[in-house]
Amino acid sequence: MDGEGQRATVAWETGTLAPVDRLRTERADSPTPGLVEGTEPGAGGKSAMFVHAQSFEDLTAEAEEEALRGAELDKSEEDCTEELKALEEQHNNDFSSDGRAKEEDVSSEAWRSHRKHVFVLSEAGKPIYTRYGTEEALSSTMGVMMALVSFVEAEKNIIRSIHADGCKVVFLTKSPLVLVGVSRTCQSDRELLRELQYIYYQIVSLLTLTQLNHIFQHKQNYDLRRLLAGSEYLTDNLLRRLDRDPGLLLSAVTCLPLASSARDVVSSSLQAAKAKSLVFSILLAGDRLVTLVRKKDQVLHHMDLHLVFNLVGSSSSFREGEGWTPICLPKFNTAGFFHAHISYLEPASELCLILVSTDREDFFNMSDCKRRFLERLSKRSAYQTLKDALKCPSYSVAQVGIPELRHFLYKSKSSGLYTSPEFPVVYESDEEQERLMGLYQDLHSCLHHPTRPLRSFYRCSETENLLAWVTSGFELYLCFSPLATKALAVSAVNKLLKWIRKEEDRLFILSPLTY
Amino acid sequence: MGESLPDVPGGDQERGAAFRRPVRTLRVKMVLLGGSGVGKSSLALRFGKDEFRSTSPTVGCAYLTRVVHLSEVTLRFEIWDTAGQEKYHSVTPLYYRGAHAALLVYDISSRESFIRAQLWLKELEKQSVPGSTLTWLVGNKGDLDQDRQVSAQEGKKLAKDRSLFFTETSALSGDQVNELMLDVAHRVYEHVGEEQGGLTEWKETLPEEMYHRDTSNPLSSCCKVGP
Repeated sequence: MDGEGQRATVAWETGTLAPVDRLRTERADSPTPGLVEGTEPGAGGKSAMFVHAQSFEDLTAEAEEEALRGAELDKSEEDCTEELKALEEQHNNDFSSDGRAKEEDVSSEAWRSHRKHVFVLSEAGKPIYTRYGTEEALSSTMGVMMALVSFVEAEKNIIRSIHADGCKVVFLTKSPLVLVGVSRTCQSDRELLRELQYIYYQIVSLLTLTQLNHIFQHKQNYDLRRLLAGSEYLTDNLLRRLDRDPGLLLSAVTCLPLASSARDVVSSSLQAAKAKSLVFSILLAGDRLVTLVRKKDQVLHHMDLHLVFNLVGSSSSFREGEGWTPICLPKFNTAGFFHAHISYLEPASELCLILVSTDREDFFNMSDCKRRFLERLSKRSAYQTLKDALKCPSYSVAQVGIPELRHFLYKSKSSGLYTSPEFPVVYESDEEQERLMGLYQDLHSCLHHPTRPLRSFYRCSETENLLAWVTSGFELYLCFSPLATKALAVSAVNKLLKWIRKEEDRLFILSPLTY
Repeated sequence: MGESLPDVPGGDQERGAAFRRPVRTLRVKMVLLGGSGVGKSSLALRFGKDEFRSTSPTVGCAYLTRVVHLSEVTLRFEIWDTAGQEKYHSVTPLYYRGAHAALLVYDISSRESFIRAQLWLKELEKQSVPGSTLTWLVGNKGDLDQDRQVSAQEGKKLAKDRSLFFTETSALSGDQVNELMLDVAHRVYEHVGEEQGGLTEWKETLPEEMYHRDTSNPLSSCCKVGP
């Protein structure tokens, strides 16, 4: 607790990987927690995020251009009507035979008993996405959902959720889309809404909101699956991540443990390989952040970062050569596309470099940035250190030296980064890991309850004891063996925080850079 | 003939190979177009590494290079493997603009993909300077002969009508893939060649403006498309 609060320069709600432009000495010895809340310049961070987003004049212009191009393409296709009509029909058949292994009988008990369903539909009630089964088999079900939404809307009201029969049905209306979650888990409405929001932004990141609006303004009953075809797997994967990845729960990302000297060299090499159009340079090791360098004054929202993680992690296509793709970072700007250069540093490496540019013609420039970065990096020993660090991307909870402690999540609010050890043997199976995540989710909803938030929470059960604690500087979730006591848990917190403080150089990015 | 198609696992080795030879290296821009799932990336992978792996759908576009040695010259193919998905269509002109060679790929077991390829052809014809891009119609997935929906005759006929080159390949088995690559290399070199100033020489560190010259100034060479 030794001044952990000091880290808080941004409120958790913004959750940005915000600038922590402070000297290391400053953070090391400020023993006063709690001084933070008043001095927290969170609002500043937030406004910076949005104001600067709009100052990217070319982004909006480009989006309009994209939309125009899209319209043009539509027109050109109308020319060859006959062929196309036949094609469309075939296309529609194709959706069902797309081989997404979703051939599931939607009237079966098995389909009904999935823990969490997610449906996306257009405001005209047309199916766009379902997590299980096929969209066309569900068109009448989705029709009913839309009817519910419009019925309540007609009364100048909004339907938020339905609780019945152990099920929660949550609605999120984000014109022109409607998202519906049906869950048997004990997650709160708010948590479920957050997940639907992720799905919404996932779709926006592929198309931009401008394009979405444009499409539905012109053709209300447009079948959006046409444009999302081939990307359903991104949504599928994102839903899987939402069940398993603590980062999505905590609104934070985790780092590859790496000696700070090596990380600094990697960061500065990345910083040196800059270009005019470059906004973010991100180096990933699997699902872990190695470093992130950003344009001055530009901040990347954790949600956008998770969408990038999901894109890179879900697709093998960046393994072959260099990828170059338009991507909308919806928390930054829903109107326009960035263009991301995505490539692995070496063919079999886990290290993936993402260079986010504002210019869609800048491929070779980005490619050159990568080359310069690699050149710099290879000249120094840091590259070897980095490669060695990849061999142990995680750590065991035993290193902390608290015998009863099985697992924990620790999030530093100001940096938007979290750290967590690997799962111990008790939680080796996927089911157990998901169960533990479910418990964390539960604690998380209690701590962030909209009207009665808790500061700390201790819970005993037959299988484990849990402690959660939130301060203005950090969020902490601990999982103990069921034999541990409350007193022990409380003393463990102190010990753990001391350990994290000792290891923070390695576990977090303490000196993020800008260009 | 002194031609070879060495195994080229990575960019670095490629460079090495290119520099051992005393001949010049010319840059060729090639683009792969076609509907989604027809095997563009698999073909590109065969070109690049002579491997087959089932890939996930291409996101946006993938860029890879491949060196082909002809007897008198070395060609460095810069291959733009585009995504077939409709949402990326608005950016695809970036990649076929100024291309020396375009491969229109379809899946012989899917009539739809054949029609898609024709739509792409229309796009291509509309956007590019006539005669600047040599175009191949490629019926891929030759290994799926039992599920064939598009006959070789049909493909040939379309190619003849529209002055395209035609071949059927299998990225899965590798059948006809190298032959296609060599065919493209020969024809591009013959037709576009550096005589007309169509191909630029490749240098170790490629200056950025070379790319711009390539794209913003599409070739005005005199060669005709087609056999």
